Amino acid sequence: MKLFQPESKRPLWKDEFSINRADEQYVSRRQFTKFLVLTSLGMFAGNVWILARSLFRKSPVYPEQNICRATDVPVGGVWLFRYPTEKDACILIRPDDQTYVAYSQKCTHLSCAVYYAPAKNRIECPCHEGYFSVKDGSVLQGPPPRPLPRVVLERRGDQLVAVGITIKEET
Amino acid sequence: MEPQHQPPRRRGLTAIDGALALITILLIVQMWLLTATLESYLAGHHEVALPGAIVSGVIFLICAGLYLFVRRVDADARETSRENRRD
Repeated sequence: MKLFQPESKRPLWKDEFSINRADEQYVSRRQFTKFLVLTSLGMFAGNVWILARSLFRKSPVYPEQNICRATDVPVGGVWLFRYPTEKDACILIRPDDQTYVAYSQKCTHLSCAVYYAPAKNRIECPCHEGYFSVKDGSVLQGPPPRPLPRVVLERRGDQLVAVGITIKEET
Repeated sequence: MEPQHQPPRRRGLTAIDGALALITILLIVQMWLLTATLESYLAGHHEVALPGAIVSGVIFLICAGLYLFVRRVDADARETSRENRRD
């Protein structure tokens, strides 16, 4: 195939340091093309890395953790806790008498801490005015690309227990 | 000037510039593809990773093919100019 034939019998370095001014244009274009192709290779490697992460991912196992008593949270109030690890801040909200919902407190945009705005009954991120629904954590407005991860709660008597985390898919 | 009447070096440069423009467009598409795949992966859509990797690989192969073409044109032009200088 002509495309893959050896390009020249003369050593390449003699052309790379050519005394002819016109030859320099070729050298710089070829080097720039090589740089672009290596960039393309890097991005392909990134896609392969994402694929490998998808294929070999393990389903996370979440521990059960007592959060608080149901009566500890007033209607319209919040309770901050950490779940599943000490590094994962979460927020428990009681929007009405019988409803308890909990979400990760990290905004899905740039990880600012979100807070509950009871007057507007929504979760707000103060950094870039991203708003989330209290009902399901979905994005109402602003730059966040994904809903807030939801902490699955169980009520055992008067005790609220976190048993897992679900990520709601975008619609 | 008609392309067939241009000197070989100029024709070579035009071909290389065309290949470079094509590679640049492909790179922009590949960059978008990588960010979109990563965004989908982080959102829990793991099924997009395989088609994303395949398309990215195809784009890389096209870029590599164009690079070989550039090297070939470059070598031909150098060879021609060397012969012209000898004559």
